[in-house]
Amino acid sequence: MPLARTPVNLEALRLTGRRAVAETLGRYAFFSAAFFSIIVSGMIVWSLAAETWTFVSQVDYSTLWTDGWFPRRGMYDIKTLVVGSLLTTIVAMLVAVPLGLGAAIYMSEYAKPSVRKVLKPTLEVLAGIPSVVLGFFALTFISPEVVQRLFSGATQFNMLAAGIGVGILTIPLVASVSEDAMRSVPDTLREASYGMGARRVSTVLRVVVPAAVSGLVAALIIAISRAIGETMVVFIAAGATGGSLFSVDVLGPGQTMTAAIASQAAGTDQVVGEGLTFQSLFFVGSLLFLLTLLLNLVADRFVRRVRQKY
Amino acid sequence: MAVTTGTVSADDKAGSDPVFELSSLEVFYGEFRAVREVSMEIAEREITAFIGPSGCGKTTVLRCLNRMNDLIETARVQGSVKYHGVDLYDAAVSATEVRRRIGMVFQKPNPFPKSIYDNLAFGPRLNGVKKKSDLDDIVESSLKSAALWDEVKDRLKSSALGLSGGQQQRLCIARCVAVKPDVILMDEPCSALDPIATARIEDLMRELTSEYTIVIVTHNMQQAARVSDRTAFFTTEVNPESDRRTGVLVEYNPTSKIFSTPDDERTEQYVTGRFG
Repeated sequence: MPLARTPVNLEALRLTGRRAVAETLGRYAFFSAAFFSIIVSGMIVWSLAAETWTFVSQVDYSTLWTDGWFPRRGMYDIKTLVVGSLLTTIVAMLVAVPLGLGAAIYMSEYAKPSVRKVLKPTLEVLAGIPSVVLGFFALTFISPEVVQRLFSGATQFNMLAAGIGVGILTIPLVASVSEDAMRSVPDTLREASYGMGARRVSTVLRVVVPAAVSGLVAALIIAISRAIGETMVVFIAAGATGGSLFSVDVLGPGQTMTAAIASQAAGTDQVVGEGLTFQSLFFVGSLLFLLTLLLNLVADRFVRRVRQKY
Repeated sequence: MAVTTGTVSADDKAGSDPVFELSSLEVFYGEFRAVREVSMEIAEREITAFIGPSGCGKTTVLRCLNRMNDLIETARVQGSVKYHGVDLYDAAVSATEVRRRIGMVFQKPNPFPKSIYDNLAFGPRLNGVKKKSDLDDIVESSLKSAALWDEVKDRLKSSALGLSGGQQQRLCIARCVAVKPDVILMDEPCSALDPIATARIEDLMRELTSEYTIVIVTHNMQQAARVSDRTAFFTTEVNPESDRRTGVLVEYNPTSKIFSTPDDERTEQYVTGRFG
């Protein structure tokens, strides 16, 4: 039907019929999609909170500071898990920050567009490797071929190999967020630097990196948060199943907060029914949730600061 | 119609050795020839202005003078640019060494997101100046030569981004002066500034000619008339084979002549506002 001019009156200008229905339906459909994730987040917090409360109100506080994390024997030494998570995360960052940041600097400041076109998707493929595969790689390659060769005292399962595995897993994340931060530094600043006779290295280190620093800090925090939350790699490669003695030796086995939950939850029928074992997992889960939430909030502030500056 | 010209007549200083000698300079971006056969000499301690309509290649030629075009991957240069007799595009010449002697001020003020002090100390530090007292002296003297010292001396440690646009541009000039260059290239330095800030920069340029050779690209004809000793007028010509526009140098003469009795009819049309 060809469009024809119709007389102008209130009826003609009113949104009616199917169009009005579609408009309203669309609005509600998209709203529910957005609202769904909020509801789910709320439900997760609620489910964590209830069992965590049971644990906190019933546990004997002296059992929170013992020689190790053995929930089935009533030993809930939380420092074992926190230190385990901390150590693997530190190792992971020692791997991911230099390599990720280096890759980001190369992609943002050195690589020709043609090279970047290949490099960036390759890094994103690395990001897509399932962590269970990387865990297996950490156990069967990093541990015997790297860690045990360098350190004769290392056991087959060790936190160092697990940390390196987690580090490899977070390289793409560090690289991608850092690259975005450096690419958002305006070219006018690079020109100013080159215009004064600065070489590329000086321009990168004295102009681009300082200008992008809040974004780079954000990349670090997001990566830490990701490393603390990583489960599968440490579950497979760090060794300690069921429980773990307190240990600060990265060459030996250890247990992280995530691996503790996974290893207990895997033995389904034994989890329920023995004292507070079941509830202790929720306690650890809450701790993990709060920690990563806090880190993400801090990272968000840093990212915002980058956006404000230019 | 004549426009009032700058105070110094270009002929007063003629005779000294040229700083730049361009011969048959051509610049390509990929296959596209942006500038064709530019030949000219730029004299020492003078202000040379490049004027012309958009796309005439004036900025491209300017950026050849300190090899800033190297940063554009597809850019390619033919012909020669001699700087005090040395071919700037000789394989042995390092672009970074060239840029330490030939500084640049850009269209948009681009201070680093650092303190005023650190902006000025950036260049000297690159050149290995480490002593605090030396840096302090350089910061003060370059801010003074950019007529900015009195306005910022009490807040050297605060961010340069807190300055006004005109102050930022004078800071960029000071930053350029801080490495004691031989030449200062200015690419439309006042296009982002209001008339008062523009007037201050123009005064500053005249003061700087006692020590520096200045080449300025401007799309403001009055500015060229006010500040420069010599003016080069560029325009675009349609390339018959490709139907694309290439920049050409039409006329290069003392500024007073360009704005009163230019040799070329196109120059006259442009400066009197009848074209471009």
